[in-house]
Amino acid sequence: MKKLLERLHNGEILVADGAMGTMLFERGLKSGECPEGLNLSRLDILEDIARLYLDAGADIIQTNTFGGSPLKLASYSLEDEAPLINRNAVSAVKKVVAGKAYVSASCGPCGKILKPYGNTDSKVIYESFELQMQAFAESGCDVICIETMMDLGEALLAVRAAKSKAPGIPVMATMTYDATPKGFFTIMGDTIEKAAYALEEAGADAVGSNCGNGIENMIRIAGEYRKHTSLPLIIQSNAGLPLIENGKLVYPETPEFMALKSKELVDAGVSIIGGCCGTTPEHIRAIKKALGSNLSS
Amino acid sequence: MELLSQISFNLQNGFDETVAALTKEAVEKQIPPDEILNNGLIAGMNAVGEKFKNHEVFLPDVLLAARAMNSAMEVLKPLLIKGGIPIKGKVVIGSVKDDLHDIGKNLVAILLKGAGFEVIDLGNDVPAEKFIRIASEENADVIGMSALLTTTMPVMKEVVDMAKTEGLYGRVRIMVGGAPVSKEYALEIGADAYSYDGANAVETVESFFSKDS
Repeated sequence: MKKLLERLHNGEILVADGAMGTMLFERGLKSGECPEGLNLSRLDILEDIARLYLDAGADIIQTNTFGGSPLKLASYSLEDEAPLINRNAVSAVKKVVAGKAYVSASCGPCGKILKPYGNTDSKVIYESFELQMQAFAESGCDVICIETMMDLGEALLAVRAAKSKAPGIPVMATMTYDATPKGFFTIMGDTIEKAAYALEEAGADAVGSNCGNGIENMIRIAGEYRKHTSLPLIIQSNAGLPLIENGKLVYPETPEFMALKSKELVDAGVSIIGGCCGTTPEHIRAIKKALGSNLSS
Repeated sequence: MELLSQISFNLQNGFDETVAALTKEAVEKQIPPDEILNNGLIAGMNAVGEKFKNHEVFLPDVLLAARAMNSAMEVLKPLLIKGGIPIKGKVVIGSVKDDLHDIGKNLVAILLKGAGFEVIDLGNDVPAEKFIRIASEENADVIGMSALLTTTMPVMKEVVDMAKTEGLYGRVRIMVGGAPVSKEYALEIGADAYSYDGANAVETVESFFSKDS
């Protein structure tokens, strides 16, 4: 399989996978349980989910390691298991995709707030990310995806930790923005412009946004990123904010709708399109199909 | 009043040491502690909360203001207790399940504390039974629940149902929030209120008490 970055730089459009959390709950993750704890005992579940997204046509499959940094795992007293939790998750996806898709190691926020606003030292957060990145490097993932970051400072620590402990593995970094009347900001007040420059300078190989408030906002976010960086862009949108329909909660954005809008993401310059909360293998299948003419495989 | 405005101003800017020093000065000048609290500290927190709501400031500003509030409360709390000035109310708060984004719930807790309420934060992954048990043990006035995933929202209904069977319903007000939660959902499960963000959560809790009086 060709190197991921080479393909992105050649202008190829790739499709990433969709939501993980809901899939885990459907397969028996219980209230109060650490999602990444499954990586110690239920590799079958991880393999099952990876297979569904692979079959749906995803070119990039994420690992169940969003909360796999030791700092985050500490809230479940699982910090000592961090190396194994992260390695197992990569291995499980690797086994399923067998070279047919890229294995993307997910890294989410550590759950602590950096000084001076919170009380956690940047060194502590950096070392926690380093340990996770080290595990990713050892297990041989194809790419690292730092995601759902709301504090640019924390995102930069994660990118630097990846570059230090997993040199040679491409790093994607995506932030989560709120739409305000004055434009897009993370909850910590970081702008897209600031994130684009700082993430690129820290060594990120692709930048973008995930989660958020639906795919239409993501088109605007992508356009804003494009103004400030020439790096490949990655967008993993949620399926909108949930609504109640006939007493049941549903994410409003259908596979068809997201697939249609994905074309606009491509027009805005996005290279990797995947999903976040509320997206399913059906969404990914529809997106893949819609982008068919843009995909060269 | 001039001094209290200074307290409010410095709190809004997150100058914790200055806020603590000015609070001490106000106490020495015999300004009643509840007046310092309401017209200085809470006034400042409300202003920050309002600016946050309008996207004029962001979370860092709220966190710094809350820290300044806490530094002043260390000075003020013993006096408030000694003076028998009641705290405004007690709120038990938590996220109903492991939600990867618990920042919203934390923010609500900070803002409620800032508004002068006593907040018991149960953290994440809180089962229905725990909300009810702690609310009952602590004689809380309000239960605040957050959910970020549609799959975890039914826990909110469990809490409401359990409050009914345990006889807390009506006495303890139940407020729900979080990205997938809506006013309709709150109504449907029988919660007392829905709030859409941190500042609105404070307004909602305030309204419970004004209705009571």
